[in-house]
Amino acid sequence: MPRIPVLFRCGAVLFAALCCGAAQAADPIVLGFVDGLSGSFANVGEAGLRHLQIAVEDVNARGGVLGGRKFEVLSFDTKSSAQEAQLVFKQAVDRGVRYIFQGNGSNVALALSEAVAKNNARDPGQAVLFMNFAAVDPALTNERCNFWHFRLDADSDMKMQAVTNYIARQPGVRKIYLINQDYSFGQSVARTARAMLLAKRPDIQVVGDDLHPMGKVKDFAPYVAKIKASGADTVITGNWGNDINLLVKAGRDAGLAVDYYTYYAGGFGAVSVLGEAGVNHTKQVTIWHPNIGGRGAAEHFQAYRKRFPEGREDLYYAAIRHGVELLAAAIERARSTEPLAVARALEGLRIDQDAGELYVRADNHQVIQPIFLSTLVKANGKDVRFDAEKTGFGFRTDARVEGRDTLLPTACKMQRP
Amino acid sequence: MEFFVVQLLNSLSYGLLLFMLSSGLTLIFSMMGVLNFAHASFYMLGAYFAYQISRYVGFWPALAIAPLLVGALGAMTERFGLRTVHKYGHVAELLFTFGLFYLIEEVVHLVWGRAPVDYRIPQALDFAAFTIFSTSYPAYRVFMMGVSVAMLLGLFLLLTRTRIGTIIQASLTHPHMVEALGHDVPRIFMLVFGGGAALAGVAGVIGGNAFVTEPGMASAVGSIVFVVVVFGGMGSLAGAFVASLFFGAIQTYTVAMDYSLLDLAARLGMGIAADSPVRGLLSVSVAQTAPVLPYLLMVLMLIVRPTGLMGTRET
Repeated sequence: MPRIPVLFRCGAVLFAALCCGAAQAADPIVLGFVDGLSGSFANVGEAGLRHLQIAVEDVNARGGVLGGRKFEVLSFDTKSSAQEAQLVFKQAVDRGVRYIFQGNGSNVALALSEAVAKNNARDPGQAVLFMNFAAVDPALTNERCNFWHFRLDADSDMKMQAVTNYIARQPGVRKIYLINQDYSFGQSVARTARAMLLAKRPDIQVVGDDLHPMGKVKDFAPYVAKIKASGADTVITGNWGNDINLLVKAGRDAGLAVDYYTYYAGGFGAVSVLGEAGVNHTKQVTIWHPNIGGRGAAEHFQAYRKRFPEGREDLYYAAIRHGVELLAAAIERARSTEPLAVARALEGLRIDQDAGELYVRADNHQVIQPIFLSTLVKANGKDVRFDAEKTGFGFRTDARVEGRDTLLPTACKMQRP
Repeated sequence: MEFFVVQLLNSLSYGLLLFMLSSGLTLIFSMMGVLNFAHASFYMLGAYFAYQISRYVGFWPALAIAPLLVGALGAMTERFGLRTVHKYGHVAELLFTFGLFYLIEEVVHLVWGRAPVDYRIPQALDFAAFTIFSTSYPAYRVFMMGVSVAMLLGLFLLLTRTRIGTIIQASLTHPHMVEALGHDVPRIFMLVFGGGAALAGVAGVIGGNAFVTEPGMASAVGSIVFVVVVFGGMGSLAGAFVASLFFGAIQTYTVAMDYSLLDLAARLGMGIAADSPVRGLLSVSVAQTAPVLPYLLMVLMLIVRPTGLMGTRET
């Protein structure tokens, strides 16, 4: 066996020589998209990749950063698994990726965040920065926070605060059913919903609290029968991907008449499934939707449809665009592409985006921005100018919560390098 | 009451779908003496073929064409694949079907991509068939049950009332005798394999749009079908039928059971301290264990009765 390692070593030396010899000023800055591109949530991952591509193309079209350096996207498939994510993360590092984008699955994000911290402690010369665009488990910016992780979406507790504040003003809500995926994020949604409802509306009864296996349930009819039997008038769910689509599909088939308060109904496919049946009864809490008003949102929405006409989804993840724009601004501010310098420049950084100004909280690396609660209604060309998934139905803002009102205390004890 | 009836219907439609898959698998097992690992892949192919065909000519022709295609593919698998490796024994056959499972999955990745495809139920069946108390029951589910029952009846009549059925039954148990009587046994094996694959194909056509058509559907359903066949008794059609309905019921009813061992302990008057290390384990509800329950039952069955519910073989 002695021959093979030698060959490998030669290859490695050659590769190092090639890679580093070429690392000149005009080299592209590689952003690694590390997410589930196969399996139950592949459609969500693929959509995320398209979002990253269009955001990168926009920055590059403006001339890139540092006077001409362009961004480039490389994708890596985590198969939505935490173990697999750690493996592909090593591959990404080996291929020179210093910035990774991941979002789907807080379990994967927690594993990645730890892998990044370990990698950076072991090898500061190859430090990596983790831009998290959708994993909203509060732990990531609280007890399990780390310096190299930045969360671009609002966390689950911030969103639940907006939802429960809204529900507190709805006297019609009496019985609530919680149904969530059985993993860190779903559990946290259920826990926080209970606690916040108890504080704000003690008269509301939580008539059900289900945790189902994530991405495994293909038929939600039994769950819907259970919701129906409980007499709930409102369902709160953090389900995403196929888990929200199949849930509302089963609900529609059984004629379940409830209001859905969701995190991700505006995502990928749920509106198509619900159609007319979801109008006035489907709400989502997000940091962006096409009808928040303003020129930016409309232009970005239309540009996405034009750029990816074959895609079945619409622009959804504003957080990915925010991530790329924040990186570009931080690289300019730091005058460097070194992840450590960029991370420092990101802290407290403020930029203007579609919904107004957003900034990066320095004490836990959470992006602070407005949160919107919106309801599915018929598109009308005025306040609901854009429909979702070409269905004729779109989201209308019910409440806009300013960034300063979304602030929550953090348990993060940031270890700075 | 409403809840019970609705869940009964849900469990029936799921159980019947399971039976369409397990009937073919158990028939093929009695014939070859080997579990066909790729059986669920034929289910997946049925769904993807139906998706592709229905884009051009609509759902109804697809319902007929897709299973025929899958059946032909199954027959070819037997003729050119299994028959060749048969002489190397059961292990070779097992490995062959195992490899085929991965091969089909990769082919699906290449042709249709890794994301779910947009395979929908036909407009004509997208309405509520009837209302039980206040829950409406979708027509498509009724249709699914109808197709399953029709297939079952057809299969039953074919096996018990026709000449070819008699020959199939005979060649399952006494292949040499049947051959000596002048029948082409390898051809019959090919037909049975193709027929089993076609049944899985039908299940794919009607299950693919009721649930999700994605590359992971074969492995998701494959393991549960395997459990059904082992539990019911390998090679026993009646056993597979009972086991399918039983697991259909288990999967739908356990969802609603929020009881845990902790509740049981409380009922029995045993208080478990809030900081006890076993509390977390005990508080897991029946509903949360639903996904592992079939496997647990299979293991129990193998311990208590290795032949399964109605099986006769020990292997």
